[in-house]
Amino acid sequence: MASVEYLPGKQPHAREHRMIFRNVDRVGWDQSIETAIADGAYEMLKKAVTMERQAIINEVKASGLRGRGGAGFPTGVKWGFIPPTNTKPVYLICNADESEPGTFKDRYIMHQDPHQLVEGMAISAFAVKASLCYLYIREEFPHAAKIMEKAIAEARAKGFLGKNILGSGFDCEIYVHRGAGAYICGEETGLIESLEGKRPYPRIKPPYFPAALGLYMSPTIVNNVESLCHVKHILQMGGAEYAKLGTPNNTGTRILCVSGDVQKPGYYEVEVGKVTMGEVINDLCGGLKPGRSLKAIIPGGSSAKVLKADEKYKLKDGRELTIWDIPMDFDTMAACGSMAGSGGVMIMDDSRSMAWVINNLNKFYQHESCGQCTPCREGSPWMAKISDRIVAGNASPDDVDMLEQVANQIEGKTICAFGEAASWPTQSFVRKFRDEIKSVTKTDLSGKIVNEETKLAVAGLKA
Amino acid sequence: MSEASSAPAAKPPVDMVNVQINGTWHQFPKGTRMIEACKQVKAEVPHYCYHPKLSSPGNCRMCLVEMGMPPRPAPGTEPEKDEHGFAKIGWMPRPVIACANTVSEGMGIRTEGKLTEECRRGVMEFLLANHPLDCPICDQAGECRLQEFSVEHGQGESRFREDKTKKPKNVDIGPRIRLDDERCIMCSRCIRFCDEIADDPVLGFTERGTHTTVTIHPDKRLENNYSLNTVDICPVGALTSNDFRFQQRVWFMKETNSICTKCGRGCNTEISARSDTLYRQTPRENNDVNSTWMCDQGRLDFHFVNSEFRLTDPMVKTGGKHAIASWKKAIRTAADALRGLNGEEIAIIASARMTNEELYMVKQLAAATKAKFLDVIPRNGGGDNYLRSDELNPNTNGVKQILGIEPGAQLDTIQRAVRSGLVKGVIALGENLVKCGFDTESLGKLTVLVSAHILANPTAEASHVVLPVNSYAEKRGSMINVTGRLQRLNKAISSPGQARDTWEVLRDLVLEISGSNGLHSVDDVFKRLAAEVKCFEGLTLSRIGDLGVQVLETTETVPLLEREKERKAKGVIVG
Ligand SMILES: Cc1cc2nc3c(=O)[nH]c(=O)nc-3n(C[C@H](O)[C@H](O)[C@H](O)COP(=O)(O)O)c2cc1C
Ligand code: SF4
Ligand code: SF4
Ligand code: SF4
Ligand code: FES
Repeated sequence: MASVEYLPGKQPHAREHRMIFRNVDRVGWDQSIETAIADGAYEMLKKAVTMERQAIINEVKASGLRGRGGAGFPTGVKWGFIPPTNTKPVYLICNADESEPGTFKDRYIMHQDPHQLVEGMAISAFAVKASLCYLYIREEFPHAAKIMEKAIAEARAKGFLGKNILGSGFDCEIYVHRGAGAYICGEETGLIESLEGKRPYPRIKPPYFPAALGLYMSPTIVNNVESLCHVKHILQMGGAEYAKLGTPNNTGTRILCVSGDVQKPGYYEVEVGKVTMGEVINDLCGGLKPGRSLKAIIPGGSSAKVLKADEKYKLKDGRELTIWDIPMDFDTMAACGSMAGSGGVMIMDDSRSMAWVINNLNKFYQHESCGQCTPCREGSPWMAKISDRIVAGNASPDDVDMLEQVANQIEGKTICAFGEAASWPTQSFVRKFRDEIKSVTKTDLSGKIVNEETKLAVAGLKA
Repeated sequence: MSEASSAPAAKPPVDMVNVQINGTWHQFPKGTRMIEACKQVKAEVPHYCYHPKLSSPGNCRMCLVEMGMPPRPAPGTEPEKDEHGFAKIGWMPRPVIACANTVSEGMGIRTEGKLTEECRRGVMEFLLANHPLDCPICDQAGECRLQEFSVEHGQGESRFREDKTKKPKNVDIGPRIRLDDERCIMCSRCIRFCDEIADDPVLGFTERGTHTTVTIHPDKRLENNYSLNTVDICPVGALTSNDFRFQQRVWFMKETNSICTKCGRGCNTEISARSDTLYRQTPRENNDVNSTWMCDQGRLDFHFVNSEFRLTDPMVKTGGKHAIASWKKAIRTAADALRGLNGEEIAIIASARMTNEELYMVKQLAAATKAKFLDVIPRNGGGDNYLRSDELNPNTNGVKQILGIEPGAQLDTIQRAVRSGLVKGVIALGENLVKCGFDTESLGKLTVLVSAHILANPTAEASHVVLPVNSYAEKRGSMINVTGRLQRLNKAISSPGQARDTWEVLRDLVLEISGSNGLHSVDDVFKRLAAEVKCFEGLTLSRIGDLGVQVLETTETVPLLEREKERKAKGVIVG
């Protein structure tokens, strides 16, 4: 392959392995199909349509690819969930809602390398036998939507989309659908409802697993932008070869979106599990800010549980890790009590107030709760209101404990995983920084904070 | 089906599965929802959003229960067994909703215990956090699920110290309904009813999170003829009926099972009354008649019972003026006058709104007076694609079976005979003749006009003898609906003043005309019906029961029920 040059100041770090982001910040690169084709785009689509569908699915299974949208579910396994007896149309949805705070990777793919995504979607659609694909782009990405529309039109004009693609008899269309500004539209069943023109109320699972009962109650595969791009490279390398990237069960590359208190925040594509948290901070990101020390890290998007700088993590195999030693993969991150999630790594140094951070997160979740189910609808604003009072200095120490109890009453009891997303931050921050958060509360307010309306009602009941 | 079994696990028949509920094993048909399985074995699961006739969104989370399945044994090994021979259950750390999940082989459910109780307490606390707690002035108080489940699963005091979310109150969403959004718990039952049952999706949610608000679509009204069902299914006091609001505290009312008599469907109802005043009627489940719904017209058609125009005393006209008379005198006056005529000169206009027992007495009256003419007033129109029948009389099938006549067949002849003076005596039973094509002038010329009514009307005005009788809510009796189902009315209140049971009044009249007939109670009358009319054979009034008995084969189907059956077959609803 031609040697790739990057814009000054945007050169990848030596520890990076650029595959998905190969063309991001590339000198002489643009979003046109000509540029993409000159670089080998759509060759894998040409190969795919000559293959057996199952062979492609087998390659994806062999690659060990795990979803990059948040849950890390094996993509090939998901594709295998379409009922073999299905007679309804199959849909493919690309989740470009990218709304998990701290995550900023999918937008660069769409902004700078749209044809990689179009090709990845077309190959995946062929593999799962979907003739209609939707690209669900969040409202806040108007630029990405325009670029993708143009790329789709170009691909169509060249016969990579549309009827009888490359003479294979396979028809495929991609439609861009714009969201309307709600985080919950990233949750796959909420997204599907939204696509159907309804409020994005996530569906109960069971029975509405998208692979069986998805869009219009038909089998539907929902994958993240980055996940679908990987499919192209899996075909190129072969599943087994791809699986050599990264570490066992944590294969391939992934884009880490690092933000917060480091010298060089930004995106870094690395082999999964091949760099540690310490290397991310010190090598990729050039270290912490001068004179600062590490306090906490949210390793996988705002919904991931926080890791505390001085914690020790005991693993099943006997190893004991410090926060610096944790490899950036799915399994170890889970074993350390958090998750790799969407790849959004947020670094916090000792200048940060944990009370402020949890309040900020709580405000996000209260604002984004869809309001469909009781614990999340009522619990997330409650948490936000308590933490509002904590940062305003109008809380007593037991408010901090109550904050945690409210989170406990949400977790595991809701319709969708937003419930966990909203409660994990509070649970982990309070558990790990209880004393610090309590230190901004006032002991003499204990028992003194009451809601006037509730007081009235209680008096009425006692009378 | 739900018998507890202690014998070792026999492989259940193909469509049955073994399920352990609170430690005891039971068998249920495959596909049974967990919540229904628990209910069958008296382990009731509290719930808000679930309704067996509507789809299950699983949004309230009140029905969370602890669930477990036998762990998959390692290949080649047998699963560990419990003392009943069932595979040991691996309990899940997370609760599941009982409303939307179905039972499966070897499943364990705990509706009691720490996890389930914590979930319920949590959901109750959340639901009350932003609730206005205006129970003292809320109509739902006394039949509110929030109150009920607070007592059972809530905690005494609120830990919520924040400001409550403010929402619209007293919202006018339709002619018969008002909405208080602060009381709403967002269960979406009302939205689903409008959408799935009434095909009138005018309600929906706006805003999100804690600001989520039930609302009416712009430029729309909730005014379909089934709108008040939303008030029934709203588990809280968010939707209230304009008709019932602030009229009566529910715990003072007494409920009586009966049926609606506004059309031929005969929707099963519960009549609520305090002292002798009716306050409301609500639908009662009968899956062969009305499911759990009824129309607004039928529901609100009870105010005449409380009317100030009720006839309360028998009256006899002397010298062109009505005077209150004793029952004895009124009956005797009527009987004497009728005896003075010959059968060819007598016409009886009865009503297809009368009960079977009353119609039987009409038949006796016709025989005693040898009346040549007998008919009832037919009424038709207004049927819809839901419950309303085009047949507007509630007991036309009873008329056909007992009197053996086709409603309206003789009406023209009778009207002509009255006009020509051929007929000299008319007995009007429950029908206002002036509204049914008879003119006041020829009615005025009759030698005898005896009428029995509930309300004062021009026919009563023209009558020589007026007999005040009871309304549907004041009597026990039976009717046969359009689909051929024999159903029972029960007495909810006493009649005002001297008004009496219609069948009794007719019995006395017959007695006066032709001597003893051995009928002492309405049950005696039914016994005669059972002996004389084929479709009543082998039945008694009590044997009809609260849900009625199919006594006639008809081709009539109920559109709403047909659709529910379809949705049940598809598994969308429990049914
Ligand atoms: C509250 C919530 C928000 C989510 N937001 C996104 C998102 O913005 N983008 C995304 O790709 N996946 C998001 N997901 C995950 C999706 O539900 C889904 O698992 C994912 O798109 C599947 O793709 P993958 O298997 O390729 O990761 C979200 C999940 C939840 C519960
Ligand atoms: S958990 Fe929150 S976001 Fe998910 S369905 Fe319930 S209310 Fe909506
Ligand atoms: S108004 Fe009543 S029925 Fe409708 S969503 Fe609210 S609580 Fe449920
Ligand atoms: S459909 Fe007929 S029987 Fe049913 S409530 Fe309405 S009027 Fe009464
Ligand atoms: S009854 Fe509401 S979630 Fe089950």
